[in-house]
Amino acid sequence: MELVVTIIYYCLVGFVSVLLIYNLIKTTEWQKEVLYIIVLIPFLLRLFMLK
Amino acid sequence: MKASIRKLGFSIAGLVLLVVSGLSFYESRHLKEPVVLSDGVTQVMKLSKYFPDIEGTANDCNIYVLEGKEPGATLCILGGTHPEEPAGRLAAWLFAENGVMMKGRLIVVLSANRSATTVTRVGGAYPPDFIIPSPWGGQTFRLGDRWSNPLDQWPDPEVYIHYPSGQYLAYLDSRNLNRCWPGRPNGTLTEKTAYAFLEMIKKEKVDVVIDLHEAELQYPVISTIVTHEKGQELAAVVSMTLTDLEGFKMGLEFSPKNLHGLSHREIGDYSDAISLLFEAPEPFLDATRGKTTTDQLLTGKDEFVVKAGKHGLLFEKIDEKGWPIDVRVGRHTSAILQTMASWTEVHPERPLLCDNVPRYAEVIEKGIGKFLQDPAHGKPGRVLFE
Repeated sequence: MELVVTIIYYCLVGFVSVLLIYNLIKTTEWQKEVLYIIVLIPFLLRLFMLK
Repeated sequence: MKASIRKLGFSIAGLVLLVVSGLSFYESRHLKEPVVLSDGVTQVMKLSKYFPDIEGTANDCNIYVLEGKEPGATLCILGGTHPEEPAGRLAAWLFAENGVMMKGRLIVVLSANRSATTVTRVGGAYPPDFIIPSPWGGQTFRLGDRWSNPLDQWPDPEVYIHYPSGQYLAYLDSRNLNRCWPGRPNGTLTEKTAYAFLEMIKKEKVDVVIDLHEAELQYPVISTIVTHEKGQELAAVVSMTLTDLEGFKMGLEFSPKNLHGLSHREIGDYSDAISLLFEAPEPFLDATRGKTTTDQLLTGKDEFVVKAGKHGLLFEKIDEKGWPIDVRVGRHTSAILQTMASWTEVHPERPLLCDNVPRYAEVIEKGIGKFLQDPAHGKPGRVLFE
């Protein structure tokens, strides 16, 4: 059960990371670019299992 | 084109932040803390010896055994139940690096919840580690946190239901070793850790277990011994003797019968051992503290906590001198040594006597660093890592 939750969790983290990167590429406002980068960092750290 | 270059610039800046923070977290989790074994350490074991399921996990910690020259009782010191209360770990460290048992046997644990030493409270701005200066330079210790690392145990439940009492506790405390006693073999990592320690306590026929802690000054259980009812007489004598002879106040509290998961309650209930818990004051933990820095951690000085004291909000006194780490560690070493002496008075046929560990006044006079051994000069095979 724990393994299933873990897999789902990391899939979600990966999905949100991809969304953030997609939005970063698409946006034209520099403020949002900075925002996406800052928000992306903890997601990537979690994806790499660094805490 | 201009937008692409800008995005690339922001991405590189983000990548730098990612690498810097990632390295910091990685180094914090993998920092090796040397332990130079005292000549009195006769055996080093792993916790998994008592519960093989724990083998290979972050919590398969070292257990240092100091066998006395003469037989006697067995006392166990648990340091690092809550690693962010460093006086407990450091006091245990002084025993492992200096102690020589003349009578009886001593079991020392430096990282009872080793997983909790590998993570800090980032949201609380905790520093990842701290340095204790010594004549040979200084030793770096992981600061750690109150709870097991979520990388080692997760997900957290909505509500933590303590086993076997069924008492409801905060979800976070499912990773708090001092809310998981007596543990269970098929539970979470923290519950398995408590179970393994309890197996050790039973198999080694431990007579007294001392769990070392620190507390915020706004918490009423501070500067005190918390004792299971089996240890009331012993704890009362230790409390009175320390207050009379060593010059610091040491209170006495009884372990509530209906507050479950804590070492002073469950070890006493589920084994033959007397369970005691020692608390020293640590302003670093107070919610009203100012800057959360290593300097504040080690000096125990904080103007905001002092101000809280002036408003009558504290359960322990504090002034501009603060609560330096040497004072807090000295309280613990003296309290442990006094427990041995008081035990021996009541049980002369099964004595406990430890030599070469500094008491309160000596730790304050010389500093903890004086009693930390230089790993560069450790004998071959006598330097281990936590």
